[in-house]
Amino acid sequence: MTGQTMRSIRFFGGGRCGALLLLLGLALCALAAPARADALDDALAGFTADKYDDTEKAIAALVAAAPPNGAEILAALGSGRLAYEPESRTVLVRHADGKLSLARTGEPASAEIAGKPLKTVRVNNRIRRAVEAGSGAFALRAPDPAKRAAAARAVFRSREAAALPAIEAALAAETDAGARAALEQARAAIIVSKPDAPEAERIAAVDAVAAAGDQDALAILNSLPAGSPQAVNDAAAAGIAKIERWRSIANLIQNLVYGVSLGSVLLLAAIGLAITFGVMGVINMAHGEMVMIGAYATFLTQNLIRAHAPALDGASLLIAIPVAFLVAGAVGVAIERTVIRFLYGRPLETLLATWGVSLILQQAVRTLFGPSNREVQTPDWLQGSIEILGVSLTLNRIAIVLFALLVFAGLQLLLRRTSLGLQVRAVTQNRRMAGSMGIRTARIDALTFGLGSGVAGVAGVALSQIDNVSPNLGQGYIIDSFLVVVFGGVGNLWGTLVGALSIGVANKLLEPWAGAVLGKIVLLVAIILFIQKKPRGLFALKGRAVEA
Amino acid sequence: MSRYRFLDAAGLIFLGVVLAMAVLVPASNLLLPPDSALHVSDYLVPLLGKYLAFAMLALALDLVWGYCGILSLGHGAFFALGGYAMGMYLMRQIGPRGVYGNPVLPDFMVFLNWQELPWFWLGFDQFWFAALMAILVPGALAFCFGWFAFRSRVTGVYLSIITQAMTFALMLAFFRNDMGFGGNNGLTDFKEILGFSVQAPETRAALFAATAVALALSYLLCRWVVTSKLGKVVVAVRDAESRTRFIGYRVENYKLLVFTLSAMLAGVAGALYVPQVGIINPSEFAPANSIEAVIWVAVGGRGTLLGAALGAFLVNAGKTWFTGVLPDLWLFALGGLFVATTLLIPKGVVGAVTDLLGVRRKSELPAAQSIVAAAKSPAE
Repeated sequence: MTGQTMRSIRFFGGGRCGALLLLLGLALCALAAPARADALDDALAGFTADKYDDTEKAIAALVAAAPPNGAEILAALGSGRLAYEPESRTVLVRHADGKLSLARTGEPASAEIAGKPLKTVRVNNRIRRAVEAGSGAFALRAPDPAKRAAAARAVFRSREAAALPAIEAALAAETDAGARAALEQARAAIIVSKPDAPEAERIAAVDAVAAAGDQDALAILNSLPAGSPQAVNDAAAAGIAKIERWRSIANLIQNLVYGVSLGSVLLLAAIGLAITFGVMGVINMAHGEMVMIGAYATFLTQNLIRAHAPALDGASLLIAIPVAFLVAGAVGVAIERTVIRFLYGRPLETLLATWGVSLILQQAVRTLFGPSNREVQTPDWLQGSIEILGVSLTLNRIAIVLFALLVFAGLQLLLRRTSLGLQVRAVTQNRRMAGSMGIRTARIDALTFGLGSGVAGVAGVALSQIDNVSPNLGQGYIIDSFLVVVFGGVGNLWGTLVGALSIGVANKLLEPWAGAVLGKIVLLVAIILFIQKKPRGLFALKGRAVEA
Repeated sequence: MSRYRFLDAAGLIFLGVVLAMAVLVPASNLLLPPDSALHVSDYLVPLLGKYLAFAMLALALDLVWGYCGILSLGHGAFFALGGYAMGMYLMRQIGPRGVYGNPVLPDFMVFLNWQELPWFWLGFDQFWFAALMAILVPGALAFCFGWFAFRSRVTGVYLSIITQAMTFALMLAFFRNDMGFGGNNGLTDFKEILGFSVQAPETRAALFAATAVALALSYLLCRWVVTSKLGKVVVAVRDAESRTRFIGYRVENYKLLVFTLSAMLAGVAGALYVPQVGIINPSEFAPANSIEAVIWVAVGGRGTLLGAALGAFLVNAGKTWFTGVLPDLWLFALGGLFVATTLLIPKGVVGAVTDLLGVRRKSELPAAQSIVAAAKSPAE
């Protein structure tokens, strides 16, 4: 927002300057016609008298004359940068960088004038208020429709009755639909609070205000002047109910959207585990460290690309995805070959051994990269935010939701539609039978574990965008990931999807009334109780496979 | 299977060593001059006392894991709860000597602008009450938790994961300032216990002796449990849960009993730990702490009781040495210990030594295979 609109908002919020606004409104009404040169000259002449009364009148005249650089002149006056040369009575604007320009035309001042002694137009608080009022009026007529709308919204909030003529004048000239709607709302807000307006008009205005549906509209309807007709009060009560209903729905939508966002983070973190733990049955406590390795791979990839191929900088995150997959996958295969394969069928020992592996990996990364956070940059195309259903979401959060679903779909395809997936499923369902059919089970074990680890590494690429890349990155996700997989039902990727999303949404729905930490605790306890009730999760495998 | 003897030779040696420590360490600290070669320094007494408290925690864990097959990754929570009970007593003993000089409210409550003591702090000015709570609170939590978990037949790694979630949830809860347990900073700045200054060497020596005696008693208790008929059933539950149920035992009741008893022992260990280290804060609830306790048992040898105590001593002594001399390498060493123990010496040090000596005493665990078999057998 520019300085001028800011100032106008402050003014309209002020509320004590009714008289000035009236003045301003009159000036505005007079001013549908194009600015006349002599009117501007008269206005500027007023500044050179250097009396407060004259300056105030000059401001009103300036607003009426509406020169293109009027806002600039007022800004200069307000900050004590408006000067005049007493002899020729030329008004000059002194810019922040010390240069001078003619107020009349906006052109740079000649050296001749600049060389003469200049006097600054003095300001006091009264003048400052007048300046702000004038800036507000200029904002209502600013060439940018967004600025006009912002000025109208400021009036909407202040519902200053004196601004009505100005609003109506601006409304008559307004062509932009958005600004027009804002102006109409501002007009309605004023009429609602105006005791002497006709009743029917006030009721119509109540509806218009209620349609705005925000906190300010609620405040306006809640503070109707005393002694309003019953019909107006009733309409306002109905409007308030409508706004509150809408706001509770909007809140719910917002929590749902945030919940899906959190759920997708959980899904990403847990989906690799759904392979290693869910499909293979390996209790992989080093899963979080695979995510962490993926994040560090992203960091390294970005740095290498910046150093050696700056042209690819924008795509570095995309390049990091396969890199992270390969690095984390390779580490996973190495762990499977050296540790886990000796421990199949001994889940508790696997748990301890992989915990040991996670400690070693953490310390290794700490030794290599240092204990502090590493900066992974967000590419330009992921910066910024957009609004969905009235909820503002950053682009990287949306990207993570999409990415999580993409990874999920890819993994499903891999397991369901490729020969590797077929072999993986065969080995996990009946190892000896699969071996008899010529599948190299040991190789499949290593590949499956590598796949799960690689997917965890890919999750690390995404999480590097929203979390600190530090050696402890993985630890924050390990318990959540396990709960998601167990909650969803082991050995069932769809269960993981549903589990992650429902835990995410439940967490965000709990947060408003319990607070972030307590909400998380409540959720943990709820999941613990749920697992007691259904020890095999939401979508339990049935039949003999359970016993294997 | 033949009967376990209540106390075998190794057990007697263990008891002898622990009780000897209870006498000799305080004596050498207090009576011998500091320049004597046998003098135990003021720094070493609470450190050794800490190890003894950890050894008690390891005993408790070995009871549920080694004998009942329940791998609890949340025993640190019971330990910390016992510690908090003791910490609350010690906080109340500070009285008006705190920074803010409030005779009733601990400093952190004054700082939070609380006007009166929360109800759950009442009674903690009495030592007996705090000591009772150090046992009852962990016991009650374990009872409730186990009641639900064992009845719905949550077993194996599922149980491990939810115990871990339990201690994690408690950690988050205790980090909250509004919980009334000092939030982030926990409870510290203790002044005296039972009227004796906690800083004084004499008090520390007494605490050490008390911990050693408590360890010896816990060992006797655990030993009594595992050699009794109850212990036989418990081992049967570990090795073949379904079969034991089909024979007609109420498996969940046995599990619940052992789990609750073990949690109470862990609570006592925590209560003895806190006055010696002088602080208790929510990081004691960290899931990593509980897993670390599991590795003490694994290193020493699970299902042997004295192996668990020995493991706690060895690993923690190693930790003290590493973090002092090679701090960067400690996590490598600990991680390596986890991997090496599970891969190379699944029976732990005690098991390995027994095998090496070729002595297969009847009082020892049958073999690690039985545990493996238990893990492999159908959960239902």
